[in-house]
Amino acid sequence: MRTIKVALVGTPNVGKSTIYNALTKNNVHTGNWAGKTVDFTKGECVFQDIKYEFYDLPGTYSLLAKSKEEVIATDFIFNGDFDVAVVVVDATSLDKGINLVVQTQEIFKKVVVCVNLIDEAKKKGIIIDFDLLKRNLNLPLVKTSAKQKEGLEDLLLTIKQAQALEYLDINYGILEDKIKLIEEEIKDTSKNKKWMALRILENNKHYIDMFNNLNLLDLGSKTKQAKEELENVDISLEIVIKIRKEVKRKLTNVVKYKNYDYDKKALKVDKILTSKLWGIPIMLIFLFGIFYLTIEGANLPSNLLFNFFQGLEDNLSNILEFIKLPNVLIDLIVNGIYKTLYWVVSVMMPPMLIFFPLFTFLEDLGVLPRIAFNMDKAFSKCDACGKQALTMCMGVGCNAVGVTGARIIDSKRERLIAILTNVFVPCNGKFPTLIAIITMFFMPFTNKYSGLFGALVLTLFIALGILVTFIISFILAKTILKGKASSFTLELPPYRWPNIWETIKYSVKNRAIFVLGRAVKVAFFAGFIIWFIANVKIGNTAIITYLIKFFNPFGSILGVDGVVILGLLLGFPANEIVIPAMLMGYLETSTLTDFASVGVLKDILLVNGWSVKMAICFIILMMFHYPCSTTLLTIKKETHSNYYTFLAFIIPLLVGMGLAFLINILF
Amino acid sequence: MTETLNNICLDQEVIVKQIKGDGMLKRRLMDLGFIPEASLKCILISPFKDPKAYRINNNTIALRNIDAKNIEVVYANN
Repeated sequence: MRTIKVALVGTPNVGKSTIYNALTKNNVHTGNWAGKTVDFTKGECVFQDIKYEFYDLPGTYSLLAKSKEEVIATDFIFNGDFDVAVVVVDATSLDKGINLVVQTQEIFKKVVVCVNLIDEAKKKGIIIDFDLLKRNLNLPLVKTSAKQKEGLEDLLLTIKQAQALEYLDINYGILEDKIKLIEEEIKDTSKNKKWMALRILENNKHYIDMFNNLNLLDLGSKTKQAKEELENVDISLEIVIKIRKEVKRKLTNVVKYKNYDYDKKALKVDKILTSKLWGIPIMLIFLFGIFYLTIEGANLPSNLLFNFFQGLEDNLSNILEFIKLPNVLIDLIVNGIYKTLYWVVSVMMPPMLIFFPLFTFLEDLGVLPRIAFNMDKAFSKCDACGKQALTMCMGVGCNAVGVTGARIIDSKRERLIAILTNVFVPCNGKFPTLIAIITMFFMPFTNKYSGLFGALVLTLFIALGILVTFIISFILAKTILKGKASSFTLELPPYRWPNIWETIKYSVKNRAIFVLGRAVKVAFFAGFIIWFIANVKIGNTAIITYLIKFFNPFGSILGVDGVVILGLLLGFPANEIVIPAMLMGYLETSTLTDFASVGVLKDILLVNGWSVKMAICFIILMMFHYPCSTTLLTIKKETHSNYYTFLAFIIPLLVGMGLAFLINILF
Repeated sequence: MTETLNNICLDQEVIVKQIKGDGMLKRRLMDLGFIPEASLKCILISPFKDPKAYRINNNTIALRNIDAKNIEVVYANN
């Protein structure tokens, strides 16, 4: 089968990943903010007996190779280890995309233009003369609306038929003579000498090194002369201006606006969302609203699931007895593994099925960059980057994702701050536990306001997490990660009404089920281990009792007990299993052998001496301790440093223990 | 009369005269369309007055005031 390798190039937030996902059936999440794809991914599809391999490059504004994403994208295109470059262009903001088309044409010969988001342009009253645009560009051009899956087959056919054209030759004015001089000192190559000469002229070290490594250069007196003659010219500015002129020329008369105020409504929304009076309260209300819906909505299904699984318990025992399994094994399977499993499923699944679609909806709508915009001042006061607000939001999904997402922060120092503090926002492994404990201990009213109150308490704890993030960021920026805040540019993308069905499908499949699957996997083994230490006896006492006794004095310093400490230790692979582990610990030492619903869990805790104060200490320790093993491994991978991985481990642990200790001795 | 971008009034159209400074920030600003002759206006001010968001080339870009200081502009109706 013929294989065509395709590089997907595009500005950030143009729907590149949506096209990639639609074609390859892969699931890269496409949030509505600049820089969501930070690494590039590969996927493939087969259409009419041809295999298409897609490389989804990180979104870039240009290919002049300065920032991390630009270098990744430009290197990939320059190395040319693919057949066709598809430049995805935003129909609502053509010049941004055509700028990239032009620059791609300078590096690569087979270019296809894909104008995406045409439905949105139509909605906004933007009329594009596609025939004229095609003539001006002299390139194959496809119109798509990836969200609606329109034009994708057309895109594949166009890719198949793409022909190699000449490199685009832009007139660089006063630079032209010098370019010619340098070209004479570049060895024969299939690459565009003019583009290479420009990089040499503007002294781009990265590319000069690369050309040297490829043994393409033979620089000497002519290059030196060219550079000397341009000593007083801002070459980079000259290049950018000439490219812009070319773009302007290609777009002459192409775009018409039906009405000039097409984004008046969005602007109105933005003015409110970022206003002095309402900006911050509205963000908190969003947060509160999500929590409220999650807590209220999850209650009933949680109980139903719990009762359902519990009802099956006897049947399972009967079946196992019927096939004559030894009693020990039945006990292990039913009371060890099965109980832990259904606890995790019934407590975690309903909140996740509500929380994640809501959160993904806000993300896709484009609310998160506005949050970063509102919060940036606070981050800049901490000498950190406002985009940290975005990595914090990602951390709510999963801290490992937040850590990887920190790549959108350009400065290494600020990126490290974001990585080291990411664990202070509770990830979804912790949320259900927090929600469960709050439901038990902080909802004193049995009337309809109790859900509101619970959501309020949860919001306050999250606010504490955010506050701690700022304090630790500030301390880091003043001590081990000293430095001034670097520059900050953030694109506020247009609001995009998400495809609701896709949003639900995505968040259920890739977030809820993913997390649940991980939890179930871990719970399976954890259930086994917990059962083992609870049932294997040394002398007349179970191992777990020794362990609990051993941790008790330590726990009591922190306002909790040995069972909680044991639970947190066993929860290292995944925070989801902290509560089931604790439950086993308590059930071992208490006379309660059966519980009818999640609500009765509270009785188990009360019997074992839990108070509101202990619940607070537990929540503090739950929120602030070392990151789970997956997150730590990700941090190691991202920082390439044992030192920073250790810091990421120890800082939150110290914060949590310190806070719990303080609460314990003060109250 | 030239002014630095961080000081312009809300919703006033201005034209870029020059970008000072160099390196990463200047390049990033140019990529985003902040080049001489480009027209833009400040459309949003965040709750703590910094950063501000500017409308340029149909995009909305937020810049911190300390960075916007590097961009010299003149009012469009001058």
